[in-house]
Parts: sequence; C-alpha cells; structure tokens
Amino acid sequence: MILEIVLSVLVLLGGFFAFVAGLGILRLPDVLIRMHATTKAGTLASGLIMAAVALGLGDSATVARAVAIVLFLLLTAPVAAHMIGRAAFRAGVPLWETDIDRTADEKLGVLPELARRRSEGPRR
Amino acid sequence: MSLFLLNIILAIAWAALTGTFTLAGLGVGLVVGFFALWVASPLFEENGGRYFTRVWRWIKLVVLFHYELIVSSLSVAWDVLTPRHRARPGIVAVPLKAKGEAEVLLVTNLISLTPGTLSLDVTEDCNTLFVHAMFADDPQKIRDDIENGMERWVREAME
Repeated sequence: MILEIVLSVLVLLGGFFAFVAGLGILRLPDVLIRMHATTKAGTLASGLIMAAVALGLGDSATVARAVAIVLFLLLTAPVAAHMIGRAAFRAGVPLWETDIDRTADEKLGVLPELARRRSEGPRR
Repeated sequence: MSLFLLNIILAIAWAALTGTFTLAGLGVGLVVGFFALWVASPLFEENGGRYFTRVWRWIKLVVLFHYELIVSSLSVAWDVLTPRHRARPGIVAVPLKAKGEAEVLLVTNLISLTPGTLSLDVTEDCNTLFVHAMFADDPQKIRDDIENGMERWVREAME
C-alpha cells in the first residue's frame, strides 16, 4: 500500500518533470536557456522514473540496470548540453538579452565574423 | 586506498557468510564493513584518516548534488510554467582552480546540473570556464558560488 503510493508519486513526478523539460524546449526564448530545461529537468525526470522501477521490481538485475542508467545519464546529459551550447555559441547563434563576458569570444577563439553575427541577429 | 580494498573484501565476506549474494547483501556488507573499519581505525597508520574523511566527503558531494539538482529542476519548472520569463541571462567567465581533466570534467558536469548555471566552454588551458547563467545580475556572486560550492566540494573529494 505505502509502496504503491511512493511508486505512484515517483512516476508522476518523473512524468511532470519530463513534461516540463519538453515544454521548456518550446517555450523558452533561446538555445542556451532551453539547454537548462533539458539537462536539469530531464535528468531528474529519468532519475525519478528509474527509482520507481528499481523500487517496484526490486530484483538485483533490474536495480543494477536502473543504477547504471542513472549514472550514465548523469555523465552524458551535461556533456551533450555542453557540446550543443558550445556549438551554438561558436556558430554565433543570436542570444536573448544576454550579457556576454567581454573576454569570451577572444579566449574561446570564436571567429570574429561569427561573433558579429550573434550581435546582428534578430532578437525576440 | 588499501582500506577501500579491505572494505570491499569485508563486503564480499558479509554477503557470503549471510548467504545473500545479491546487490542488497553486498551493499549492507559495504556499510557494515565501513563501520567495522571505522571502529577499528586506531589500529591503522595515521588512524586510516584519509580514507574515512574521503568517504565522508564523497557522501557530502553526492547528497548536496542531489539537493541542488532538485532545487534547479524546480526553478526551471517555475520559469517554464509561468507566463513571464524571469531569466536575465548572461555568460560569465569563472576562473578554475580544479587541476587535471578528471576534476574539471566533474566540476563542469555538476555545474550543468545545478541551479541557474550551464557549462558552456573551457579554454584550451583549462584555466577559465565560461558558464551560461539564467540570472546573471551579479557575475561576481556566480563566481563565488561556484568556487565555494561545487568546485570546493569536488576538490575536497578528489584531493
């Protein structure tokens, strides 16, 4: 009984955060802010659902797999977000009302013509 | 690190002797073994000090990290679900004290998963990290938060 309530709460919370991550992609104003939604809320969502799976089935093969899945997500999700954000920044994708550190372009070796594209680009 | 090995051997022994050779059995064995070693710590050189503080710091890192992940997901959820965008985004340069690629990787990954910040890029020499912050009104505060929060916990855990 109590286990069922805990499981339902975990699955519902996981679903809620997965929904928020997806909605965030649609709603938030630029690519870097969208990455915030997918990495944080998305990772937490899968973590919660995996916790529910591990608690509900409970045999060691499933628990081992659930733990491995969560560990790999924690390792890979930020790396993927980092690569997408980095590519967007270097390609000069326009950013929404963002204060950019003045040394960033020079230190990261962004090509000047691409950096210019960022400031000339359309703003919402 | 030999204490760590001893702890694993104790865990296997516990699982074998109690006849529960499962993940749960090994986990219980690991915890029981850790406490057995801890009680016996005066017997080891330097009280086995480094091992115990390191385990403690890793636990601290893991717990604090989960707390931050939940807080950050809630703040993202709030920003997504409410009609106005509260974000005042900015890209901030953060000087890194972490040494070595493993430490930098751990710091950048954890930063991406904690509230308001996303690692954007690291300079070639691993000295400066550029983070994208959701609320960048005060860049100096973001720098201080990273330096005194995540980065210090990681450096303590890795030493």
